[in-house]
Amino acid sequence: MPEVVTFYLLAGLAVVASALVIGQRNPMYSVLLLIVSFAALAGLYIQLDAPFVAVAQIIIYAGAIMVLFLFVVMLLNAPQEDAAEWDRTHPLRRPGIARFGAALAGVLILQLAYALMRVNELEAPVGSQTGGAAVSSVRELGRVLFDRHAFAFEATSVLILVAMVGAVVLARREGQS
Amino acid sequence: MDLRFGVQLAIIGLTFFMLINASALLVLAERKIMGFMQQRYGPYLVGPHGLLQPLADILKLLMKEELRPKGADKWLFTLAPILSVTAAFAAFATVPWGAETTLFGLLDEPVKLGVADINVGLLVVFAITSMGVYGIVLAGWASNSKYSLMGGLRAAAQMISYELAYATSLAAVILLAGSLSLREIVDTQASTWFGVIPRWYVFLQPLGFIIYVIAGVAETNRAPFDFPEAEQELVAGYNTEYSSVRFALFPQAEYINMATMSAVATDLYLGGWHGIPLLDQYGLSWVTFLLKVGAILFAYIWMRWTLPRYRYDQLMSFGWKFLFPASVLNLLVTAALILYFNA
Repeated sequence: MPEVVTFYLLAGLAVVASALVIGQRNPMYSVLLLIVSFAALAGLYIQLDAPFVAVAQIIIYAGAIMVLFLFVVMLLNAPQEDAAEWDRTHPLRRPGIARFGAALAGVLILQLAYALMRVNELEAPVGSQTGGAAVSSVRELGRVLFDRHAFAFEATSVLILVAMVGAVVLARREGQS
Repeated sequence: MDLRFGVQLAIIGLTFFMLINASALLVLAERKIMGFMQQRYGPYLVGPHGLLQPLADILKLLMKEELRPKGADKWLFTLAPILSVTAAFAAFATVPWGAETTLFGLLDEPVKLGVADINVGLLVVFAITSMGVYGIVLAGWASNSKYSLMGGLRAAAQMISYELAYATSLAAVILLAGSLSLREIVDTQASTWFGVIPRWYVFLQPLGFIIYVIAGVAETNRAPFDFPEAEQELVAGYNTEYSSVRFALFPQAEYINMATMSAVATDLYLGGWHGIPLLDQYGLSWVTFLLKVGAILFAYIWMRWTLPRYRYDQLMSFGWKFLFPASVLNLLVTAALILYFNA
């Protein structure tokens, strides 16, 4: 029973925080609420017996990426968005684009509904299909990652390298002009 | 069962109590050692040899008026110091500080000295330590003052830069120990080479230890890397606008972070609570641990009053161009040697 309570607490926290991220006019609060959401997700991972994933979530997202976000928001010193002005002028508020967005949201809801309907058909939880050990033990996780999914892992690292090179190139060009 | 639970709770409470006192004692130690180095007495009026000086300091701070600048962000200004000190306390949660003990035969089963022992303990310490930067950054931003903002920005940049070298030097120890649990890492260092030299990782990882200590000083924002609060340039940096209890929480977080950093260094590189067999026999292994932590903390303070502050760009280029490559090299060499000797 305590698991159910903590699950709903953490899940509720994650959902509310994520919704508030979009609702904030002050980008600083958005960043902080996103951290809260990440922390709640990390709590859910711990509940799923995956402490390593939870800690990785905190280190990478909450600890590194969000610090960079915060850094950028502070450096740009982004002003609080003026609601009325934003509503009038922002390109995303044009009728055509808004309809396209609504259609996409509808597709997403359908997809979620389909996925949720299939949950009952699953005989065993996803974690137990790989023996469960792969999720909870760092050693097993490493084995799976560097053995069965070695190609995907290396491809991801190349992708990150490309992004890094791209960032350096962009920064350089701006500096010269 | 109930007794065990009670004992565990007592250990958690004791850890908390020790950390609070560590921050108070470190304030005193810092002033005493500084005085000694500058050929003066340091605080000596309150209590015997000035021992009650921290208490007087805290009482004074509690009596002060709490000020908040008009343009400050109401919520974040209050949240920032709380966040700082919470992260500082929480980071100690998975740091063990003594061998399993029966408390001089009081208990049937031995208990572990430390709050929690989980299999990714080292990563938890690292994760929560890296959350501590938010307190400083938010304090800088929420104060609505240019000095504070500069301090906060510096803290963010500095901590991102030095976290890399810090984590990479930890990875080399993890490779050697083959575990992420701090308790297991300590226990792999229990024996000796040739019966004389203790099997501490500092002897296998001298470069890693030096990198860890340097990055640790930068992570805790201590001199010679105390740029977030460089007095000569930024008045007091990120905490310029703070007063009273809200102010007191920042130095407290800093001193607790120092204690955590030293405790982790002891566990990783200096063999934790192993080393003095006589104390182990009587179940006093934690005294060994405290002695080692004390030695590192003394070096910390010694460094602060000996070395002048760097320049900010020197700090950045040192971190990225020297410390980080050195730690990667250290990791690669360690991995290669482990492969060679295990094959």
